[in-house]
Amino acid sequence: MSQNLPPGQADRPDHPEDTSRTQPVLSRQCIRFAYPDIAPAPRSVLVAQGIPQQVEPDARVVGLLEEALSQLRELVEPLGVMQEVTLPEFDRIYPGEGLNAPASPLAQIYPQAEVLALFAVTLGAPVCRRIAELFDVHDYALASLLDAAASEAADLTAAALEKIFADTFRMYGKLRPDAVALRYSPGYCGWHVSGQKALFARLNPYEIEVSLRESCLMEPLKSVSGVVVGGPRQIHEFEPGYPFCADCSDFGCRERIRNI
Amino acid sequence: MEILQQIARELERGEDGKVGELTRLAVADGLSAKQILDDGLIAGMNVVGEKFRVHEIFLPDVLLAARAMYSGMDVIKPLMLEEDVPAIGKAVIGTVQGDLHDIGKNLVGIMLKGAGFEVIDLGNDVAPEAFIAAARENDAQVIGMSALLTTTMPVMRKVVSMLREAGLNGKIKTIVGGAPLSADFAAEIGADAYAYDGVNAVDRVKELVAGSHD
Repeated sequence: MSQNLPPGQADRPDHPEDTSRTQPVLSRQCIRFAYPDIAPAPRSVLVAQGIPQQVEPDARVVGLLEEALSQLRELVEPLGVMQEVTLPEFDRIYPGEGLNAPASPLAQIYPQAEVLALFAVTLGAPVCRRIAELFDVHDYALASLLDAAASEAADLTAAALEKIFADTFRMYGKLRPDAVALRYSPGYCGWHVSGQKALFARLNPYEIEVSLRESCLMEPLKSVSGVVVGGPRQIHEFEPGYPFCADCSDFGCRERIRNI
Repeated sequence: MEILQQIARELERGEDGKVGELTRLAVADGLSAKQILDDGLIAGMNVVGEKFRVHEIFLPDVLLAARAMYSGMDVIKPLMLEEDVPAIGKAVIGTVQGDLHDIGKNLVGIMLKGAGFEVIDLGNDVAPEAFIAAARENDAQVIGMSALLTTTMPVMRKVVSMLREAGLNGKIKTIVGGAPLSADFAAEIGADAYAYDGVNAVDRVKELVAGSHD
């Protein structure tokens, strides 16, 4: 039933650290990631290109994949920024431009958080430029493999930031040892992409040179932004029964919930 | 002609150097650009598309073949202008505003070019107005839109309704595709067609273009 409550008005359990949820204690953090921490597994890049796990690609494709991963390693500059926000602050950020789905998982999850932080990560502009150059010269196979590898790396960078979030807030006693941190991004699961405007107005990730286009996509394109929600494992669990789930073919939410 | 079959075979293997070389030989032998295009390059891409459809080959293999196709196209492009070889149709494609996922859209573009279409690829994050302006400017018969995010699917509805408001819906047909889409969604927003993959998109666009000539 609480699924139909407006954002920020979902069940808010009594919380031992409720005061801390309204008073951020951590200063903004900028993070430079090491390549091995965000390097995609070769097989995952192939899977992203539609090659099933059990199929061995031919030698030419393997050679191109190696080339794509080598270029990725050379070109990425993985950076991130994280800013703790209070629950009342996120109550103001989440509604964005008023275009979110009437009910969404995040609207139910974040009010139960122990701690929240806005974040943005990027691989930087050079790898995006290289992908565009390769498409321009019709080197589609290499371009597509580099593109898929960079998308995977951007997601792994966000995952690495999520881990830093959990370690940091546990260290400061703002996140219980058994609590779980998970990230949510505008554009997914009912949080409309226009939510980027409010998110960027508060986060302003100038240090890592990520900006918003008019359409709310980020520049450089291989960037990820959103909110990391830290709290008990069960707050992150939801059934895919929202109206927008019927059209969704990305089962990432199921995998994320399985992994926590 | 043996050389045209060789071009098609090497294109299927993604051997761009060999396709370029064989195409130059075919031109030197006096074959027309249209013959080389239809019976060499397009014939090769048709086989590639069919193999992809039945999962005998995968996206990187198709993209290698596409590069090979371009190396042949580069050779015959001046001849095509001279001979005034018409494209079989013209399509404007793009990933809709707010969405950057373009693997599927790129594949559709490649398959359409491989089938002999002229394709104006607007890239990703394309505003509704830009689709319509490009279609008008290039006198395209078809607008193809792709989306991966459920939150960006409404942009497609906007394009369809803008075309209707401009009185262009009979002249410029729309086709939509992308992982979260369905034929039902296409029908609901009033799009003229839905394609579930790149190969299917070619068939559907051919039908739309044929219909626009009726």
